[in-house]
Amino acid sequence: MEKLLEVEGLKTEFKRDGGNVMAVAGLDFHINSGEVLGLVGESGCGKSVTSLSIMQLLKGTPGRNAGGSVKFKGTDLLRLSDKEMRRVRGKDLAMIFQEPMTSLNPVLRIGKQLEEPIRLHMGYNKAKAREHAIHMLKLVGIPRAEGVMNDYPHQLSGGMRQRVMIAMAMSCHPQLLIADEPTTALDVTIQAQILDLMKRLKEERSMGMLLITHDLGVVAEMCDRVVVMYAGRVVEEAPVKELFENPQHPYTQGLIRSVPKLRQKVRRLESIPGNVPDLSRMPAGCKFAPRCPHVMPQCLTAEPELLAASGDASRKSRCWLTQETELKGGTGA
Amino acid sequence: MSQQSTAAEHHSSGGSGGEAAPAKRKSAMAEFIRKFSKQKLSLVAGIFIILLLLVAIFGPFLTPYDPDAPDYDSMLSGPSMKHWAGTDEYGRDILSRLIEGTRLSLAVSLSAVFIAAFFGTILGLLSGFYGKWLDRLIMRSSDVLFSFPDILLAIGIVAILGPGLTNVVIAVAVFGIPSFARMIRSVTLSAKETLFVEAARSMGAKDRRIIWRHIFPETLPSVIVNVTMKIGGAILAASSLSFLGMGAKPTEPDWGAMLSMGRDYLSIAPHVVYFPGLIIFLTVLAFNLVGDGLQDALDPKMKN
Amino acid sequence: MGLLKRPLFFSKEVSSLGRYALQRLLGVIPLLFVVSVLVFMFIHLIPGDPARLVAGKDATLEEINGIREQLGLNDPLWRQYIDYMGNLFKGDLGNSIRSGLPVSDMLASRFMPTIWLTIFSMVWAVIIGVLIGIISAVKRNRWPDHVGMITAISGISVPGFWLGLVLIQVFSVQLGWFPTGGVDSWSSYVLPSLTLGAGIMSMLARFSRTSMLESMREDYIRTGRAKGLHEFVVVGRHALRNSLIQVVTVAGLQFGFLLGGSVMVETVFSIPGLGRLLVDSIAFRDYTVIQAELLLFATEFILINLVVDLLYGVLNPKIRFDSN
Repeated sequence: MEKLLEVEGLKTEFKRDGGNVMAVAGLDFHINSGEVLGLVGESGCGKSVTSLSIMQLLKGTPGRNAGGSVKFKGTDLLRLSDKEMRRVRGKDLAMIFQEPMTSLNPVLRIGKQLEEPIRLHMGYNKAKAREHAIHMLKLVGIPRAEGVMNDYPHQLSGGMRQRVMIAMAMSCHPQLLIADEPTTALDVTIQAQILDLMKRLKEERSMGMLLITHDLGVVAEMCDRVVVMYAGRVVEEAPVKELFENPQHPYTQGLIRSVPKLRQKVRRLESIPGNVPDLSRMPAGCKFAPRCPHVMPQCLTAEPELLAASGDASRKSRCWLTQETELKGGTGA
Repeated sequence: MSQQSTAAEHHSSGGSGGEAAPAKRKSAMAEFIRKFSKQKLSLVAGIFIILLLLVAIFGPFLTPYDPDAPDYDSMLSGPSMKHWAGTDEYGRDILSRLIEGTRLSLAVSLSAVFIAAFFGTILGLLSGFYGKWLDRLIMRSSDVLFSFPDILLAIGIVAILGPGLTNVVIAVAVFGIPSFARMIRSVTLSAKETLFVEAARSMGAKDRRIIWRHIFPETLPSVIVNVTMKIGGAILAASSLSFLGMGAKPTEPDWGAMLSMGRDYLSIAPHVVYFPGLIIFLTVLAFNLVGDGLQDALDPKMKN
Repeated sequence: MGLLKRPLFFSKEVSSLGRYALQRLLGVIPLLFVVSVLVFMFIHLIPGDPARLVAGKDATLEEINGIREQLGLNDPLWRQYIDYMGNLFKGDLGNSIRSGLPVSDMLASRFMPTIWLTIFSMVWAVIIGVLIGIISAVKRNRWPDHVGMITAISGISVPGFWLGLVLIQVFSVQLGWFPTGGVDSWSSYVLPSLTLGAGIMSMLARFSRTSMLESMREDYIRTGRAKGLHEFVVVGRHALRNSLIQVVTVAGLQFGFLLGGSVMVETVFSIPGLGRLLVDSIAFRDYTVIQAELLLFATEFILINLVVDLLYGVLNPKIRFDSN
């Protein structure tokens, strides 16, 4: 399968008063075309920073790229000029954000905001852009699309606004959609509708998707593969079914345990004891060691690599425990 | 569920903040000094103000000449080694008069601002703490005062009371009161909501004690910033009134009055106008820079 | 349905804005009332007998009594106030103590120079101030920002009358580019407008910088960038539109500052405007003129604030389309 996006050794640094910290510390993952990859982790693990680094939207934040590469169909986005990157953003790579309430400009009409990328990337004139914008609004299931074009964001509900955001992101036929917690701010029933919509559009358009979430319910419903992040690193990568059936990393196990058996959609992941470590005071060895129920002496001194399981290249884990059992299994056979 | 947990978090953090208040205040002070020192320009301005205050205190020992002694042999002479800032139309040494005037100008503006701060703070505390009709009365009155452009209000007051520096102090103080009252009121309102005030009240503390011991300290940073910010404006207002002939008498070595007198000689001896204006400008600039520095240091939100 | 949409949507807009406007208007009326009472009381607040003040130092007792009768000072205060307001609505502000001319005529002849001065000052101050604010915000913490902000704080700190005198000395006396005073030609407005606008320009520069920085931290800015928009469009269309709503409000509120400043500037540049008249009237204790001027300035200030409030409503879609 063709690799649509390939992230290698991505590092993002944050400027702070007491010196710089690594919010993303060498990230490796890829997305195949037509695939939905889930990026999972507690808040503060670097998920959102990762998405902004890919889109190069770190301007206005204290963050900056500090190494690695982000190859989109073979082109390293980090090496593009501002001008070249602007041509990719909103066209090949589109993004929707967590806060539909604030992600739209309050003083511009919906129509104006929708037409902007269409006119820019598709070169349509005003009338044609408007027509296309209305078509997009209808596509995302907005009733009375013509009327909404003249509305201001505050006249719409949160769910409607997120539909507008989706329409805007999809308007130039992107090949990859990055969705950062797209349903977190919405009511439960609206969440399901928005997820269904995204799923349907993804099927129709056969685009790739990077879905960033802390909600394993959303992951189970939407994703093909999952990357679990902790403290700016990938700790586990697996196809979605395998991940839920047989999680390798103690952190992933903890995440899954914290989801109640009777599946409810809204659920904060809070039941792993302890907190995400502060970026400026990272433990020396495995970053999860202080919270890990299976911690061993070597976990405190050396950080394990992200290694593929033997015989299954699609599964990777960053844990001494699994790597040791691999080792043992190897000698036993 | 998730909402409940955040509410609980909020409460617990509020509680611990209350317990650790003395330690927190100390570290906040250190943080403040560190932040303020980082603003080089404000620091320089602060040093300038300290020098100015010293000049005001020790003025009579610093003047190279008698500020009131005329010298009809060197009238309107430009800056020279003998007279660094030149002489005025009576041959009086301008530098000496500026030094003498420092005391006058600072006394007028500082007393006006302190009077405004005193009454404004009391009104703001009462308005915010008691609310209801008292609040409405005080706020509506300040609306009325606000409906006169500030300097015009001062002019109106001087027109009623007659010219003179005492009346200038009153006029500048009166138009300073509403802004203090409004600001302190809003700080009071938020301070009233915090836990330790409720706690103090539930232990049966008297209103006066709550306001004085618990709310007033909270408003202090805002009062300090606002006082500093207002001094610059007060100096401008007072010197404007003197310039218009409504403040200091022309014979007094007031900076604004000196400018007003020098105006007639602008084309032949511009230094008579330049130096008094420059000192007003630099003084006001220094107070404004220090005010900015204080605000940045006390309100980190504005910093970025 | 689709055809009906447009008119329906307009009527919604108009009714919501109308409600907002009515609210503001009703809020202004009590304020105007209190201000008029205060200004009316002005002449009674001056220590001493108003009739004696009006009559002048050398007046005889009969003259003073005559004036007292003429001004209705023997009536109860509320009666006097009603008479005063009644005359006011007829356009009668009384006569000048000094010249005996009707005050309303004096004000009318002084009105235009002040208006021109204020407008010119406001226009350049808003344009340059907002421009400096935007540049400073975009180039935050780099040299254009530092230059802009040092200019701005200097502009706030400089005494207007001194700035005016320095400009006269340099550009009129030394270079001879502009007249030193008066209003004989449009060029005589250049230096006064520069002087009067300096403070507001600086205030607006500082305010629009803060406001732009705030806007640029908003989520919709990130959305704009994510669409692939040029930074110029993101700043100029998305951030600026939001900031301008606040900037316009603040600019309007600074108008009062201009009215006050015009007193100084008109004195320095010998402009026969309202401000100059006020200073002269105070010097000659021409109380009826002072009273009328204070009322005019305060009313003007209140009405400008009202207009600014309304403008804010027109510019801000949240008020224009408030469904409640």
